[in-house]
Order: sequence, then C-alpha cells, then structure tokens
Amino acid sequence: MTPATATEKKTAMLEIRDLRANAGGKEILKGLDLTIRPGEVHAIMGPNGSGKSTLAHVLAGRAGFEVTGGEVFYQGRNLLEMAPEERAREGVFLAFQYPVEIPGVSNLYLLKSGLNAVRRHRGEPEVDAMEFLALARERMKLVAMDESFLHRAVNEGFSGGEKKRNEIFQMAVLDPKLAILDETDSGLDIDALRIVAEGVNALRSPQRAMLVITHYQRLLDYIIPDAVHVLSGGRIVLSGPAELARELESRGYAWVETSPAQ
Amino acid sequence: MDDQNGMTSSDTLQKIADQEYRWGFVTDIEAETVPRGLNEDIIRMISAKKNEPEFMLQWRLKAYRHWLTMQEPAWANVHYPKIDYQDIIYYSAPRQKGAAGDGPKSLDEVDPELLRTYEKLGIPLSEQKRLAGVAVDAVFDSVSVATTFRDKLAEMGIIFGAFSEAVQKHPELIKKYLGSVVPYNDNFFATLNSAVFTDGSFAYIPKGVRCPMELSTYFRINAADTGQFERTLIIAEEGASVSYLEGCTAPRRDNNQLHAAVVELVALDDATIKYSTVQNWYPGDKNGKGGIYNFVTKRGKCAGKRSKISWTQVETGSAITWKYPSCVLLGDDSVGEFYSVAMTNNYQQADTGTKMIHIGRNTRSTIISKGISAGHGQNTYRGLVKIQKGATNARNYSQCDSLLMGDQCGAHTFPYVEVKNSSSRLEHEASTSKIGEDQLFYCRQRGISDEDAVSMIVNGFCKTVLRELPMEFAVEAQKLLGLSLEGSVG
Repeated sequence: MTPATATEKKTAMLEIRDLRANAGGKEILKGLDLTIRPGEVHAIMGPNGSGKSTLAHVLAGRAGFEVTGGEVFYQGRNLLEMAPEERAREGVFLAFQYPVEIPGVSNLYLLKSGLNAVRRHRGEPEVDAMEFLALARERMKLVAMDESFLHRAVNEGFSGGEKKRNEIFQMAVLDPKLAILDETDSGLDIDALRIVAEGVNALRSPQRAMLVITHYQRLLDYIIPDAVHVLSGGRIVLSGPAELARELESRGYAWVETSPAQ
Repeated sequence: MDDQNGMTSSDTLQKIADQEYRWGFVTDIEAETVPRGLNEDIIRMISAKKNEPEFMLQWRLKAYRHWLTMQEPAWANVHYPKIDYQDIIYYSAPRQKGAAGDGPKSLDEVDPELLRTYEKLGIPLSEQKRLAGVAVDAVFDSVSVATTFRDKLAEMGIIFGAFSEAVQKHPELIKKYLGSVVPYNDNFFATLNSAVFTDGSFAYIPKGVRCPMELSTYFRINAADTGQFERTLIIAEEGASVSYLEGCTAPRRDNNQLHAAVVELVALDDATIKYSTVQNWYPGDKNGKGGIYNFVTKRGKCAGKRSKISWTQVETGSAITWKYPSCVLLGDDSVGEFYSVAMTNNYQQADTGTKMIHIGRNTRSTIISKGISAGHGQNTYRGLVKIQKGATNARNYSQCDSLLMGDQCGAHTFPYVEVKNSSSRLEHEASTSKIGEDQLFYCRQRGISDEDAVSMIVNGFCKTVLRELPMEFAVEAQKLLGLSLEGSVG
C-alpha cells in the first residue's frame, strides 16, 4: 500500500485505504485498498464469500456492517461519516444484487422522490411530474423498458431481468458520480445481460466512475473495465487489465488464492 | 457501524411514533355543564336544554332504563380500567347567545374564540375562508356551533345541520329513522348514547338529488371530564347520493375521556352514501397516559334495491378504538364496502372491523382492512360476514393486511363467517408483514430520508384504502399517518 499523494486525493473519485469491516461479528474485509478516478470502470471479481457484497454495502452505508479500521474518501470527503441518503445525494449509487419490492409505491413515485431529494441537495429546483415523465421516458430507452413499469409498484412482480434493468434505469435517472453495480449480471439470461450491459456502457462518461462487482467474467465481455481486481479473503490479491478477467475464467479463482498477493 | 450510519430503522420508527400530537390545545371558553353523574334527572335536564319534544325524552328514558340492565362488553381485545359512569359529565356546551336548543343563526353569533379554535384546527368556518366544495358542521363538545353552506344546500332540498335542530324542525324524519338501524337497545355503548346523546349531524338528501358538495362534520372535544355522545343520522332517498366526511380531535389530557357515538345511515332504492372518517382523537402520551376511549357504533342500512353504502376510515387517534362500521344489505343487489386503515402507536389499542349482513339477493360486499402497529400498539381486526338464507348469490371479498413496525407491537385478526345460503361466494385473504430494513435502506440509497421512506412504505401499504377517500381528506389522512404531503394516492 502506498499512501496517496495530495494530487491523487484531489482527483480520485473513490479512495479506499486499509478498509476493515465486520458483518455479523465476523471480519469480512481485512485491509482493502482501492483507488478509482473519474471516468474509470473497475471490476471486482472474487469467489463467493470473498467480501464483494460486503464492500458494496459498506460503501453505500448499510446498517449491520461495522467498519473496524481504515478510511474511505469519496471526492476527498470521508464517506464513512455520511448517512446512506447523504451518500446517495452526493452521487453514490448502488445497483442492488437483490432489488427490494415495495408494494403500493409506484416506481415513478420512488424515483421522482429520490431525484428531487438529490436536486434539493444540489440546490437545483425540483422537477414536476411532467418534467420527470419526460426524463424517465428518455432514460428508459437505455434499457429497453416499457413506460408501464413506471406505474407499477417498485419491483413487485418484476422478473429477475426486469429488476436488474430497473436498477440501471434508476441509475440513468439519478445520474450518479460513482456507480456500484453489485452482481448486476446474476440471474440474467444472455439477452437481458446484453441489454443491461449496453445500458451501463451508455452511461460511461469521463465524469463518472464505476465499480462493477461480479462473480463471472461474462459481464466483462460486454462492459470492458479499465482495471480488474481480484478479491479474496477480504483483500485485493491481484490487479490487472481487462484481460485478467479472461484468465481468471479459464484458470479459476484457486489459481489466484494460491498465488502471492500483489 | 450504526453510529456512523445515522439512524437504524427502529430509530426511525421510534421517531415517528414519538411525534407530538398537534391538536392537543385547550380552548378557554365559558361552558355550561350539567352536574357530574348519570340518572333520569340528568337526562331530563339534557332534553330540556335541547328544548326537545316529548317523544325524544321518552326515547332517551327508555334507552336509559334498558342500559341499567346491560353489562359493559368484555369480548374485545382491549384492556382498560373500569369506567365509572357516575364520574362523567354528560353535557357541556360553550355559552352562547340565542335561546337554548337553538343553534346560532349566523356566524356573528358564534363566539370568536370558537371560530379561532376551528381555524387553528384547519377548518375555517367564516364566509371568506371556508373550504370550497365542503359544507362543514362544527360540533364542539355537546353542541353544534356552526354549519356552513346551509342555504345553498337547502335550495336543493338537502337538510344538513345539527341533530338537535333536526329534532325540532323535522320530528317526522327523526321519528321515522332514529333507531331504525341502531335500535336503542343495540349494545351497551349505543344504548348509553341513546339515553344521553347531545348533538351530532343530520343530513337528508331528497329523492333523486346528488349532493353537490362534500358534507362534513368536525367533532371537537374540549371540556375536561366530559363524555362526548354524538348522534349522526344520514338519509338518502331514492336515487340520492351523498359523500360525508367526519374528522375529530381533542385536547391533550392525562385522564381518559369517553366518546360513545352512534352513526346511522339509511339508503333507499338506488341511493349511495359514502361515509369517510379521519379519526384523530387524542391518543394518550407515549407512556399510555390519557387519551380518548372511542367506543362507537356505526351502521348503515342498504334498505333499497341497488343501494350502496361505503365506509372508509382512517383511525390514527384514541387510546382505545372499538368500532365496527357495518352494512345491513337488505335490498336486492345492494352493495356494502368497508375500507379501513387503523394505526396504533405507543400504547394505543384498536379493535376494529366491520359486519356485512347479507339479507337481499345478489348482495355484494368488500372489506379491505389495513392495520399498522408501532411502539407497543395492539391492533385487532374483527369482522363478520353473514349470509342469510334468502341472500342468494351473495358475494364477499375480504382482505386483511397487517404491518408491524418494531418488535413490541401486535396484530391480531378475527374474521368470522356465517353462511346459510350455499349459492354465496366468499373470499378471504390475509397477510402480515414488517417494514423491512431492506426496504428502508433501498429508499435511502435513492436519496430519500429515513422519515420519508417510512412514510412512503406505510403509504404504499395503505394505498388501496387511501384512494377511497375524497381528495381533501386523502391529503389530511396522509399527513396524519406521518406521510409527506406529496402523496402517491390516486
């Protein structure tokens, strides 16, 4: 681990230093380091239980995960001090592995409330129903969603693929600076995977950073990352270019786990 | 990481449960009361104050004598210390100009302090400020103090105003319909009400008239140690329709106060009555001290063919709620509906539901009940669907959902079914769920504050009921449920 210099700190979107975290009383993250700059897409791969989802939840601020050491800076600010909604308003977005159903609350209402909370936070005027609808209609095209989804209860009765597309649609509306995609490919067939990946690619921009968490390499055939990190035993044990993902696919995680870290 | 994270879901729920009751102020006004306690002299005194005709007094006394033979019911799933019925003041009225039993002729005669009270409650009564499209009858303790839009309604033959006034001006209607749905000997609290009721609203919609505005009564308990016993009677003649709303609040006091009202609805052929309640009596403090005992009998009779009665209630107040707005489906093809949201916080208890009595052929009923329990609240749904022998092709659909917040509260469901006709079809669905930490986190991750997230989830849970409320009330109800103004109703 090399300490970040002042200039790096300024330009980094996300800087994680020696992060340690417990879940359910058990240490899951054991000194994780990662720096992502604006415009970069980083992939985190790793076997089940390596701490991938814990990392996503800690970054989003979910209760039940205890940070026991280390630091996380988001645009130079201490992310860990911020409440979950504040993180969201500051531009941190988590695409959930298991999107949650909220009966009786329309997708439209949830998302409009979220967008307006973000806009208030930024000092921007709130959007009204018509403006929101216009924006939503445009962004839905990114993931080939039908307008009827706006009026359905949040994720209720959605298929696995619809839920994941809905996450990317929400991301497109909220326009985050740091997007964390937690196993967005899980449970998707190849067509749905392609749609979701195309949506994500359309949202890549020089101002936005992405952290793509996945178990399988196949998502990274569509979303080509700038860097791939292998998480094992709560630490990043190997980092490399996009090609690393393919190598992992062919050689398996066991290869990494037995190789020396860094 | 809870401390770095801000609130956990249980903190949020606690915060919402701890919200102050905003209607707990007391109006300082000179009141005219009767002595504490109950006997025939008190009843005669109340009747005299109201300048009632003899038939009314005799009806009261008949009820009182019967009440003396009755036992307070103990079957409800609620617990409270024994009520001393001799320690209650049965009549309290703000002193006002004009003769006894006569309501004020105009708002000029109403004490400005009373007008200010209603303004503070968000119910302005004065000409300039009153709510457009809603006629309001304002009942303060034992009397109706003002009714708006009376003249406009009278042009269409609609009678709307104080019950006590109707007793004098329309005795033939009162004689015909009073007790026709809830008889004087119906149950302990209804019988007590029949003996001592003081005021309430009366509405009569003549044949073929669709009431052009919402009729509304705003009940306010102000005086200490009094009981409120109002009586409401609504009659919709053939082909008439009306939408009626009631709201209620009371000051914050450490002792419990009894509210035992009776509401009777009569719908003749092709008539429709929609009755909506937002009940927000003082619920007691967070330790369960004080609050209103809300023991109410509400029943509608679909007397005519194709008539329809629809009850919608949002019950957020009262220390104890005991009420079962019901429908007697007498006329062929008549329809009964019951939509309910009952919320109990802190130490509140609610035992509420409905009875749908199918007597006529092709009668249909729908029951949608949503119970929300937080804090140490106990919430019981109790319902009866009864299909009588002659009720060929009767239909019922019942849905009872419970939402729990935290782990100290309770939800209970007692659905009773009695079927005496094999051609009927009944469906019952029930569910119990908890506001999930995952739901809250999902909302917060989208930038929504924890409080707004709880509101949103509760609102979503109640949506099928809230959308039955008239628009103005839907907004009010959402606020009461701790919800944001910008609701997702509709």
